[in-house]
Amino acid sequence: MNKSKLVVIGNGMVGHHFLTALAERGGKDQFAITVIGEEPHTAYDRVHLSEYFSGRTLEQLSLVEAGDFDQIELLLGDPATAIDRSKKVVTTAAGKSLAYDQLVLATGSYPFVPPVPGREREQCYVYRTIEDLDGIMAGAKRSRVGVVVGGGLLGLEAANALTNLGLEAHVVEFAPQLMGVQLDQGGGEMLRRKIEALGVTVHTGRNTKEIVDGSEHLHRMNFADGQSLETDLILFSAGIRPQDKLAAESGLVLGERGGIEIDDGCRTSDPDIYAIGECALWQGRIFGLVAPGYQMAKAAAEVLLGGEGRFRGADMSTKLKLLGVEVGSIGDAHGRTEGSYSYQFQDERSESYKRMVVSADGTTLLGAVLVGDTSAYDTLLQYALNGIELPDSPEALILPASSGGAEVGLGPDKLPATAQICSCHDVTKGAICEAMDNGCRDLASLKSVTKASTGCGGCAALLKSVFDAELVKRGIEVNTDICEHFGYTRQALFHLIQVEEIRSFDELIQKHGRGLGCEICKPAVASCLASCWNEYVLEPPHAGLQDTNDRFLANMQKDGTYSVVPRVAGGEITPDKLIVLGEVARDFGLYTKVTGGQRIDLFGARMEQLPQIWSRLIAAGFETGHAYAKSLRTVKSCVGSTWCRYGIDDSVGLAIELENRYKGLRSPHKLKMGVSGCTRECAEAQSKDVGVIATERGWNLYVCGNGGMKPRHTDLLATDLDRATLIRYIDRFLMFYVRTADRLQRTSVWFEGLEGGLDYLKAVVIDDQLGLGDELERQMQHLVETYACEWQRTLDDDAAARRFRAFVNTDDLDNGVVRVVERGQPRPATEQERRDLAVTSDN
Amino acid sequence: MSTETTNPVRWIDICGLDELTPNVGTAALVAGEQVAIFLLPPAASGAESSPRPEIYAVGNHDPFGGANVISRGIVGDLNGEAMVASPLYKQHFRLADGHCLEDDRVRLPVWPIRVVEGRIEIGVASAE
Ligand code: SRM
Ligand SMILES: Cc1cc2nc3c(=O)[nH]c(=O)nc-3n(C[C@H](O)[C@H](O)[C@H](O)COP(=O)(O)OP(=O)(O)OC[C@H]3O[C@@H](n4cnc5c(N)ncnc54)[C@H](O)[C@@H]3O)c2cc1C
Ligand code: SF4
Ligand code: FES
Repeated sequence: MNKSKLVVIGNGMVGHHFLTALAERGGKDQFAITVIGEEPHTAYDRVHLSEYFSGRTLEQLSLVEAGDFDQIELLLGDPATAIDRSKKVVTTAAGKSLAYDQLVLATGSYPFVPPVPGREREQCYVYRTIEDLDGIMAGAKRSRVGVVVGGGLLGLEAANALTNLGLEAHVVEFAPQLMGVQLDQGGGEMLRRKIEALGVTVHTGRNTKEIVDGSEHLHRMNFADGQSLETDLILFSAGIRPQDKLAAESGLVLGERGGIEIDDGCRTSDPDIYAIGECALWQGRIFGLVAPGYQMAKAAAEVLLGGEGRFRGADMSTKLKLLGVEVGSIGDAHGRTEGSYSYQFQDERSESYKRMVVSADGTTLLGAVLVGDTSAYDTLLQYALNGIELPDSPEALILPASSGGAEVGLGPDKLPATAQICSCHDVTKGAICEAMDNGCRDLASLKSVTKASTGCGGCAALLKSVFDAELVKRGIEVNTDICEHFGYTRQALFHLIQVEEIRSFDELIQKHGRGLGCEICKPAVASCLASCWNEYVLEPPHAGLQDTNDRFLANMQKDGTYSVVPRVAGGEITPDKLIVLGEVARDFGLYTKVTGGQRIDLFGARMEQLPQIWSRLIAAGFETGHAYAKSLRTVKSCVGSTWCRYGIDDSVGLAIELENRYKGLRSPHKLKMGVSGCTRECAEAQSKDVGVIATERGWNLYVCGNGGMKPRHTDLLATDLDRATLIRYIDRFLMFYVRTADRLQRTSVWFEGLEGGLDYLKAVVIDDQLGLGDELERQMQHLVETYACEWQRTLDDDAAARRFRAFVNTDDLDNGVVRVVERGQPRPATEQERRDLAVTSDN
Repeated sequence: MSTETTNPVRWIDICGLDELTPNVGTAALVAGEQVAIFLLPPAASGAESSPRPEIYAVGNHDPFGGANVISRGIVGDLNGEAMVASPLYKQHFRLADGHCLEDDRVRLPVWPIRVVEGRIEIGVASAE
């Protein structure tokens, strides 16, 4: 059979998606395909390009899977330079001529650089390809200050990259606000405040007139308003323009402001030529996102194979995180629709801004802007995309839950089957239900069958909620098994271990599980075993169960070395001990830092140094601080009545007593406590798992607080307790938590899921309504009595030192550990520094 | 460094079998390459029907985290295939061929490994 000749110009994200879409539909049997690419590489993930700076390699960014280029002729690093439409031939820069029957243009776009005099100076860059990033990385090494011209989505991402490269970053924007395309003025203002708080300086309303030599730095940018800014590096990110030169020169119809005109089938004005992706113009619009490009690719592939493919436009809503700031924009964010009105909610304390644009009759959501908190995004997007009728007080959708805003969220049940769940791969709720009808019973297989949530990942939470709701609908219980090896929850496993007196993982998995185990069940079971029997965690049967940090009784750092954190109970430490810490750090070349937990962390110890370091520390009276374990970390104290003029009771003394009592207790997650000497609360006890505050009549006990990702204030469990009662209550509380919480569930989250809430907890701990009080206390007492310092134990063991060697067969050291000195202390070398060092040491 | 090679291999003595702890990884330096060695206990629970190789040698370098730490990961199985989870960011790698289960483009190198008279040996390509 004679195949027709198909030439594809451009192997970017969309061009490549087209090839796979075509191949999936059997296109390789019908077409002899040639791909012409200007870049020297095959397609890579431009959306995640910035991750190249944080060490992701080109290989890892590649979009090419095995077999993609089988039967395809591939010309790389050789741009197409002309299309002769009458002869149907494409020529390339290297002088090749390629005949085609059908041609696909997927040439993408190029960064627009405003015509500012001086823009061609050295150290001026754009941000689009791997080569651009290589250039920026090299330039950043010679620079202290960097400026991004353009305050749009990409510009801010670029500013983030400059910050990560260690530069002082500025953003210069011509318009009066940031991200003018996606955000309204209020949202732009809030974003600016948040970004400036992160150390990026924002200059809006600035028109760059020229770039000239600077006096302190390489460049000076002179603005039209007479101001100027000096910088070493300039990155232009002032928008993109469709790469339509080839099309223009060959006489295809373009839009007024560029872009190759296409119809719904992605055909250009020449029926044998198609255009897809960012070079294409559909109904007067260019789509600068990857998802619409993918939809065009799919439509074009179908049309080429004689099918009915249609591109029907795409939604440009976006949700992203810029410099750690959450931003979302939906539909008509600016409220430009005739007669529309809007609701706004601004919280200056937590710095969040939300706006909803609603149709004149108040029934439909037209658009929204979210800055600082995008938790409402999924729900709002579904309202907007599917025209779902708004509830009676639509403002509740963006108000905080505490003011009655909760419960109006859109349950997955309310979504119509046509609702798009994943925009990257255009997967609807209907497609998900269908996949489940066809047997998908877990998220992983659902993802691989439908491709949902395998693009940007932004739809993961929504996908899971639809999946769970559909399981319930089908009468299937939502699976709460800890993992594939055990059909039980952590609580159930704990119960089995306790009741059947199971002592090892092997015994448990033989009796109640299957397979070999994994990194989920092994550490969870290790923790339960330790909570019940308190055996040394590195005993041979337990050693292989321990998570990263427990495995060597120290916290693994990014370069594979460890940090060492000795216990400093209550934060009280003698001058002599402080000196020892300093000496040990100096002798072993460790970086030292005072932690947020009132103690001192020594970073950068090689594995084989750990036993030597600990023998020095133990000789000086230190013991392990369990910074590596899911167990008690610290009991923070304030200075209390001993010194403080307001102090009511001895907070330091109590903190030390509590820390010594509960140290080493293995629990579902880490535990933190605090003790304050009076209500001024300098120890922040009300943000801890257990907090204690002195009163005139004794101690108040607070529980289930949390700092970290989702802070929660404690609840007051009991007041005016004497010491003995206080400790009895804490024993009961902790042991009850250890028995009943999920794996990796802090007390705060556990509490929030506890049926009956605070009253129930009081009933268990204070009134002993379950009759468990004695048993819980006894179990705790057993753990207190069997406590042993794990580092002491490790050193007592002759074989231990051997376990900490870098290699079993030689005394060599890991050459992957490379240090540089900063502010007088060693730190791990960055990727770039490693490369530089490697070059100099090779010479 | 080479894998699945049909070239003649040179076997390099590493250590005694008794120096490995089941389920606990060990690192070795072999011809300048860092290798992570894992000893899995003889087919646990009910898998007698499929006698699997019990010793594996894969690269010690974690391609995601960029540090030499694979030997310090937790081993086990997923869907019946022996794997190790990176201690840094928990990606899974199949022990048999080094493939990353989360990202098919990434794989660890693997080496032939055997036990001869109680000693562990790793094979490297003998061609220079
Ligand atoms: C060293 C330290 C930062 C510092 O330089 O000050 C630190 C360092 C780490 N923290 Fe932290 N946290 C430190 C105090 C805190 C605090 C403040 C405090 O304890 O008063 C918090 C908020 C309070 C809280 O936990 O409620 C805190 C909230 C977290 C969280 C979030 C927990 C949450 O429930 O949201 C994590 C992540 C986790 O545990 O899953 C975390 C995890 C980590 C880890 C273990 C991350 C990791 O796995 O590598 C870091 C390892 C440290 C190391 O290698 O030694 N760290 N971390 C602090 C050690 C205190 C100590 O002496 O033990
Ligand atoms: C840093 C960055 C972050 C981004 N983040 C997001 C995001 O979060 N979400 C999102 O949806 N989108 C994002 N985008 C946009 C997204 O990358 C593009 O929408 C997508 O790459 C468009 O695909 P394309 O194939 O049309 O163009 P491209 O990926 O640019 O591919 C076009 C290819 O054609 C080649 N080419 C051009 N002319 C010729 C010629 N004459 N001959 C041969 N080859 C030629 C080019 O060299 C290029 O390789 C981001 C872009 C960047 C740069
Ligand atoms: S909490 Fe009270 S006692 Fe403690 S230091 Fe602060 S003011 Fe002093
Ligand atoms: S929306 Fe991007 S992966 Fe689903």
